[in-house]
Amino acid sequence: MSTGEMNYEEEHGGAVAVEEEHGHAVVPAGDPFADPGLEPHRPRIFDIDEKAAKRAERQVAALFALSTLSAIGFMVAYTEIPRTAIVDFFPIGAVSASNFALGVLLGISMFSLGGGAIYWARTLMTDVEFPQERHHLESSAQDKAAAVAEWKQGVEDSGIKRRPLIRRTLIGALAILPLPALWILRDLGPLPGDTLRSTAWSEGELIINDATVSIDLTTGTGIKPEEVTIGSLFMARPAKALTAGEDYNNLMAKAAIFLVRMDPADIVSQRERDWGYEGIVAFSKICTHVGCAVDLYEQQTHHMLCPCHQSTFDLSDAGKVIFGPAARSLPQLPITVNADGYLVARSDFQEPVGPSFWERG
Amino acid sequence: MSATPAEFAPPATPAGKAADYLDQRLGIANAAKKQLRKIFPDHWSFMLGEIALYSFIILLLSGVFLTLFFTPSMNEVTYNGSYTPLDGIRMSEAYASTVNISFDVRGGLLMRQIHHWAALIFVMAITVHMLRIFFTGAFRKPREINWLIGFGLFVCALLEGFCGYSLPDDLLSGTGLRIAEGVILSIPIVGTYVSFFLFGGEFPGHDLVPRLFTIHILLVPGILLALITAHLILVFYQKHTQWAGPGRTEENVVGLPLLPVYTAKAGGFFFVIFGITAFLGGLVSINPIWSYGPYVPNQISAGSQPDWYIGFLEGSLRMMPNLEFNFWGHTLSLNVLIPALIVPGILFTGLALYPFIEAWVTGDRREHHILDRPRNVPTRTAIGVAGATFYGVLWLVGGNDLIATHFHLSLEQITWFGRFAVFLGPAFAFWITRRICFGLQRADRDKVLHGRESGIIVRAPSGEFSEIHEPLSQGDLHKLTAHDVHRPLSLTEVADSNGVPAPKMRQAKLRARVTKWYFGERVEKPTAEEYHDAISSGHH
Repeated sequence: MSTGEMNYEEEHGGAVAVEEEHGHAVVPAGDPFADPGLEPHRPRIFDIDEKAAKRAERQVAALFALSTLSAIGFMVAYTEIPRTAIVDFFPIGAVSASNFALGVLLGISMFSLGGGAIYWARTLMTDVEFPQERHHLESSAQDKAAAVAEWKQGVEDSGIKRRPLIRRTLIGALAILPLPALWILRDLGPLPGDTLRSTAWSEGELIINDATVSIDLTTGTGIKPEEVTIGSLFMARPAKALTAGEDYNNLMAKAAIFLVRMDPADIVSQRERDWGYEGIVAFSKICTHVGCAVDLYEQQTHHMLCPCHQSTFDLSDAGKVIFGPAARSLPQLPITVNADGYLVARSDFQEPVGPSFWERG
Repeated sequence: MSATPAEFAPPATPAGKAADYLDQRLGIANAAKKQLRKIFPDHWSFMLGEIALYSFIILLLSGVFLTLFFTPSMNEVTYNGSYTPLDGIRMSEAYASTVNISFDVRGGLLMRQIHHWAALIFVMAITVHMLRIFFTGAFRKPREINWLIGFGLFVCALLEGFCGYSLPDDLLSGTGLRIAEGVILSIPIVGTYVSFFLFGGEFPGHDLVPRLFTIHILLVPGILLALITAHLILVFYQKHTQWAGPGRTEENVVGLPLLPVYTAKAGGFFFVIFGITAFLGGLVSINPIWSYGPYVPNQISAGSQPDWYIGFLEGSLRMMPNLEFNFWGHTLSLNVLIPALIVPGILFTGLALYPFIEAWVTGDRREHHILDRPRNVPTRTAIGVAGATFYGVLWLVGGNDLIATHFHLSLEQITWFGRFAVFLGPAFAFWITRRICFGLQRADRDKVLHGRESGIIVRAPSGEFSEIHEPLSQGDLHKLTAHDVHRPLSLTEVADSNGVPAPKMRQAKLRARVTKWYFGERVEKPTAEEYHDAISSGHH
């Protein structure tokens, strides 16, 4: 109970609006904005009408009963509905019957339990608001002084101020302690060395057509130049990927490429033409921005787009960036044809593929 | 309204005996007598934090279930489970076990979907709760420390979400990790080393999923749990803030008691939130990893999107121009470093430090338990809206490809729009928000002086039309005038100019200038005199 409330009532005799004039209350002199104190409680229908209260009681009980039933229904659905059963209705479409039933029943069970409790609180429990004092968070001056005195006594008793040798060596020991905690993490991984500079490609490495690779990833066939028609796009990998086993993802993360064929006259860059084979050019599939796989090829413009951040590379001009956040051209893989007439790499990439890194230069 | 203490009678019921047993060992009666009927104020906006808390509990429960069936391993297996489209495909054990949870464990898909939905709700609730705290000034003394704890919770929630999103090792999450690797590589000097230590070598390696698993189910949840505990203890100890109103003062808290009202309301609300996530998990498909396929570095699906709370980083990356420098054999990728680390770093640092910045500006050392209405602190509100606009533009550009395909717009134009909007948008938002705040303050002022518009038009004998204004209740008069109107500080107020050393003088000048920027333009509260004049004149 705030004192403001009492005083206001006493001073003004509880009469705030005394008289109406032009739609305005005439307010007593003094502070017209004074806090009138807590408003009187307005009883709810449930507080005055026993029938309404009874009705609310039944509603709460019904919700709790519904919760119980749904919980039992949940267990029945778990046991009885086959895992493969499907339900299909608008607007959800075909979904697992088990998941649908379990979700809905659990939802009803939880929701009606919670809803019942809240409805109970709102209808039948008290809604008479009352004030509680806040305690001062700040300590009293005496308490502060006492605490400081205790602290000082403790420090004094330790002698840390009088014995600088102990103090300094302690600070030194504590300062060095985090370092072993860092040191011990050294074996989290190998040092980078030059690993980011090379890929699985090397001279004569057969270019495998991704579309021919078996489901177990161990067989696939090469690509002959005549298969690569103008405007077509081939996703490809080195033959080493077929035998990479557990290292497959690591290998592909750097060595994935794609091939396109353009009219050699469309190719702007002389070096690009030289590194290609009769208009067939091979580029790294790993975006130079942050490493997503570039994927969206526009035949007409020879633009290659990375779906992650929309860096766009011009394949007719040495993979130059023409839009988006990537700063470097897509690296080109020099290719040729081997004795059997299959496309092969002439060497590894001439620069690191994928995102930039500090040591890249 | 506390109960009258009765004489203590030896307990007769089993519950009473149990309580007495505990009290004789722990002295719980002393705490219970104070806390059982603790008062909490009632307002819808105070339940936002509750939603975050309850979704965290749901995350713990559903998460524990998932750990019983999930295999955190990147060892390769060949799938031959019941989802035939993936039959014979090589994949990590992590991915295979996630597919199994979805198809072969009864209730597994439900728990996965509840877990994912609850995670989205968790971060959303934290974000909106934080905005509520910001715009109502609830971070002011004595709650600055709890603001920092809350900020820590926000950052941990983002990290936790990203780790969890990455665990199934599907195409989408692997792409997210690839982007994360690219971002780490852009860090000058140490980036490459950090990446190799995190991934256990080159990307993707075989170590990441088990490492993220430990971070996701032990390390970060442990920190979250500790911070949540501290957060709630402080809310309890410092007592909740409340809105201005009749009988509400800085010295009290007005509301309803913990037992029974908030026990029922808050406890019930937990089950309501759980019920809603269960409905979502049962009815709305989320993250169907089986349709993405296992992660392979050479594949991608167009229109890939991260969870909503990572979207702003994605947009930031997308809109950055391609700035990169090479010097002395090194590469500095500002095109990645700035949008992915520096911009969020500045945004988050500003967020964390705001209470301290504002306290420095206002020089206000008082405790505040009565909340500000956002309109009454226009500059703070405008800063908040500008920050939200900045975040919003980044977030929108994070979906530039979807916007382009859905609305048939040019991707390039959306990106260029974003590049300008990210600067102009917040500036405009700042300006317009302040104007709106001043307008609302003036409307409040008019309401106090002339009463509320009744909608009743009367015609005077002279033919003049006028609307009847009804007087406000004393409670409303008080409520609309309870706030402080801050004023800029003059240089002499900031610092006593006599003998202030030069560096301090510079700081004082800066502060005087900043207070002018904050509070230079303001709408004054009506004075008692103005009020009496308005009433006696009778004109509206």
